[in-house]
Amino acid sequence: MSADNSPQQHGPADGETRRDFLFLTAAAFGAVGAGSVAWPFIDQMNPAADTLAMSTTEVDLSPIEPGQAITVMWQGKPVFVRRRTPEEIKMAEDVDITTLRDPQTDEARVQKPEWLILVGICTHLGCVPQGQKSTDVRGEFGGWFCPCHGSHYDTSGRIRKGPAPKNLAVPKYTFLSDKSIRIG
Amino acid sequence: MGSKERKAFDNPVIEWVDSRLPVFTMMQKEYGVFPTPRNFNYFWNFGAIAMVMLITMIVTGITLAMHYDPNAANAFNSVERIMRDVNHGWMIRYLHANGASFFFIAVYIHIFRGLFYGSYKKPRELLWILGMLIFLLMMATGFMGYVLPWGQMSFWGATVITNLFSAIPLVGDSIVTLLWGGFSVDNPTLNRFFALHFLLPFVIVGVVFLHVWALHVTGSNNPLGIDVKGEQDTLPFHPYYTMKDTFGLVVFLIIYVAFTFFMPNSLGHPDNYIPANPLVTPPHIVPEWYFLPFYAMLRAITFDFSLYLCGAGAIGGYLIYQYAWRKAPDECCKSLTVPLLLAAVVLGVPGALLAFFKDVPALHGVIDMIPFKSVSLMPAKLGGVLTMFGSIAVLFILPFLDNHPVRSALFRPWFKPAVLVLLVVFIVLGVCGSKPAEGFWVPLAQIMTLAYFSFFLIAIPYFNNNEPVLKLPNSIHEAILAVPKSLVIGLLAIGLLAYAPSAAEAKVRADSEQPSPSAPEDKAEVPPVAEEATPAEAPATAEEGAAIAPEAKEGESEHAAPASEEAAHPAEGAHHAVPLPRQDWGFQGPFGTYDRAALQRGFQVYKQVCSACHSMKRVAYRNLSALGYTEGQIKTVAAEASITDGPNDEGEMFDRPGRPSDHFKSPYANDNQAKAANNGALPPDLSLIVKARVGGPDYIYGILTGYEAPPAGVELASTQHWNKYMPGNKIAMPPPLGDGAVSYEDSTPTTVDQYARDVVEFLAWASEPEMEERKQTGLKVIFYLVIFAGLLYAVKRKIWAKVH
Ligand code: FES
Repeated sequence: MSADNSPQQHGPADGETRRDFLFLTAAAFGAVGAGSVAWPFIDQMNPAADTLAMSTTEVDLSPIEPGQAITVMWQGKPVFVRRRTPEEIKMAEDVDITTLRDPQTDEARVQKPEWLILVGICTHLGCVPQGQKSTDVRGEFGGWFCPCHGSHYDTSGRIRKGPAPKNLAVPKYTFLSDKSIRIG
Repeated sequence: MGSKERKAFDNPVIEWVDSRLPVFTMMQKEYGVFPTPRNFNYFWNFGAIAMVMLITMIVTGITLAMHYDPNAANAFNSVERIMRDVNHGWMIRYLHANGASFFFIAVYIHIFRGLFYGSYKKPRELLWILGMLIFLLMMATGFMGYVLPWGQMSFWGATVITNLFSAIPLVGDSIVTLLWGGFSVDNPTLNRFFALHFLLPFVIVGVVFLHVWALHVTGSNNPLGIDVKGEQDTLPFHPYYTMKDTFGLVVFLIIYVAFTFFMPNSLGHPDNYIPANPLVTPPHIVPEWYFLPFYAMLRAITFDFSLYLCGAGAIGGYLIYQYAWRKAPDECCKSLTVPLLLAAVVLGVPGALLAFFKDVPALHGVIDMIPFKSVSLMPAKLGGVLTMFGSIAVLFILPFLDNHPVRSALFRPWFKPAVLVLLVVFIVLGVCGSKPAEGFWVPLAQIMTLAYFSFFLIAIPYFNNNEPVLKLPNSIHEAILAVPKSLVIGLLAIGLLAYAPSAAEAKVRADSEQPSPSAPEDKAEVPPVAEEATPAEAPATAEEGAAIAPEAKEGESEHAAPASEEAAHPAEGAHHAVPLPRQDWGFQGPFGTYDRAALQRGFQVYKQVCSACHSMKRVAYRNLSALGYTEGQIKTVAAEASITDGPNDEGEMFDRPGRPSDHFKSPYANDNQAKAANNGALPPDLSLIVKARVGGPDYIYGILTGYEAPPAGVELASTQHWNKYMPGNKIAMPPPLGDGAVSYEDSTPTTVDQYARDVVEFLAWASEPEMEERKQTGLKVIFYLVIFAGLLYAVKRKIWAKVH
């Protein structure tokens, strides 16, 4: 291709500017278009409408005895529902929160002291801690113990020892009655 | 690509990479400075367009695969979930479904361009063959993709096409069992089709790579068909053809998105919105439009190959060989020509009688006298399959059939009309393929099949030896195209513009006329423009034919239980449904929206009347927010239903009040219970009913308002009713609506007509809840693309200004 056909070499200065402006406009227009096309193809990976709609779970608390715990599924995750004994509640309340890695009072983590509701996912890297069954190891603080990398949680679900950075999360829940809750 | 002659890049990062792996040098060489003939017309855009469509299909396909479930029990549901719940799912699916059609449109134009300008000829034979391989792979991929939604057409298309292989002697049935992974099309078939549908596009990418590689070895052909003589004949690919291709691409995309957003189902079949049912075949099975010409050739072979036909064929073949394929016939053959012709006629007459006139009563006496008439050398089934595959095979060997020295049809006085006739033949075959195989469509398809093969096996060889060789221009540079470029663009634009309204009109006609199975011939006239238009319109038009081909919708499984016999065999049906009047719906047209008040009234009618028998499984209570209900109202509505849930901790199922996330409760526990309660006729689920019927809302409205007393002399069973709009007229559903049956809260009249209108509006919404968003998005996209096309055209002109 000989050089004299090349568009860059020709034209008076004002034509040059107008052409550059045209090229830039077209390029910018194309880029905006490409960007807007990309979005639906990314957003499709977000939860679909039916997934979002299924985001509450109701739990009947009546069969749970003091000291017992059950695990229910909420949004595909385990939720720990534990009916604490008075001793466990006392243990949780007596802790000096200034010594905690993620300082939080027990009151801030429960609606009714008897019922501790937690998302059962270790805040380290996502394993499910042990301690729901009475036969489980509950760690040095009587709450939960995550076997993956050794995180210990207390009877309020707060991180006390091990690599996890945060307390076990408390999901949004409401008491529908004394004996039932809705999570989510 | 040797690094020795590599020129250094200024950018240090590019230079660092390029000196280790010269991808940038290669891009520069193959797509930057690549010398390209300067006289391309817009038909040369379609290679690049096809490439973009392939990428579009892969991107949309992979995203769909993230949500699709290739399981016979759930495939249909997962597709509907994509349409209703997945973010932008409806858009991605419609882009994919219509993208297949537009990929084929681009490829068909690309192929015809190659045919017309002789791009298949030396030295580009292998390039052509690789292209045909891509076409074949596309057909396999397209077919398997159409199976995945697992609707009625998916299922029966899969059954029919896989059964083609059963025509193979001896091993055919085993091959079919192997393909199915069972004794019918079923879950294993769906699983493997999904796996292959995912794989084959990447095989296509591989072959496309070879195709482009081969192109870059020989260089492009051009409209004159003469070789590039030197630099003055070419332009660098960039920016000249990158810009021209981009402009053409954007124009093509405008049409593509217009279909995707405004008539996304016009290239599909309503039947595919009915879940697959292995017990009921839809009355009129048609493949996707892009297969129709080949499908027509498959069906054209309705006759066994008798001794006589084969004898006449052998003699005919010998004479064709002597007179068309050879420069001059042998001396001995010359003297034998007359006796051979006579023999061919003597054999041909009984052969033709047996093949084509068996059903003419007047000739029965004559036919009965033919000896050995039951001896058949090849059954019709195998003949049809071989013809269909042969029609593709001749395309593969075309480079070796045609050795005329001139490439472009512009300089071939005989080839040019012949190849245009071939185009018409191909289109007519497509129309034939979309019609029921009866009446005059059968002989028409037979003649067209003969014409198709004659082009390749008689005309082309004959032209080799006899077509005059015209004087060609000395070089591309000298031959300033006689036809101004604007004329080509103008023709293309006229063709496309003419097509859109005619397609719309055809659709209107389909909608306005009753989907009566009895009047197929007079329905789907092809808009005449298609005949002279570019190949882009050709296949699309053929498809339109298919889309509007009337079908008897209500199968055995539905209302028409006892009447379905008549529905399927219109010729014998004594009574025809009357034409379906076209209603004025506010939700139609590019700006149409649903009327919220009508939707709410329609929901009330559904709830108080229809829901007694009809389920609506795909709609959830939460979706009612689109009707304008508040969250509280939806909760109340949902709570009225008692939903079976469980098992609970004791392992028992229990009932609880419905929640917004629940889907509409079905009136019956399962289909068998529904049938038992309705005299054996299953009331169809209404979630998709408007999309699943030819005529859509007009049809549903027609059925709801079409009840009449049967005409005198018609016997109806006690469970049947007379409906003037029902195909076959007999319907199991008793008249559902009566004046005053539902009391509206506002002052809207409580008449059957009003109820029908309202409930149809509601059902249309249930079928296409995404409709308003779809049209709004479509308007934005088209607005954007039109402006972008204008900008690109200005850019292109600026760049080309120096050349012209
Ligand atoms: S995931 Fe629990 S300690 Fe690492």
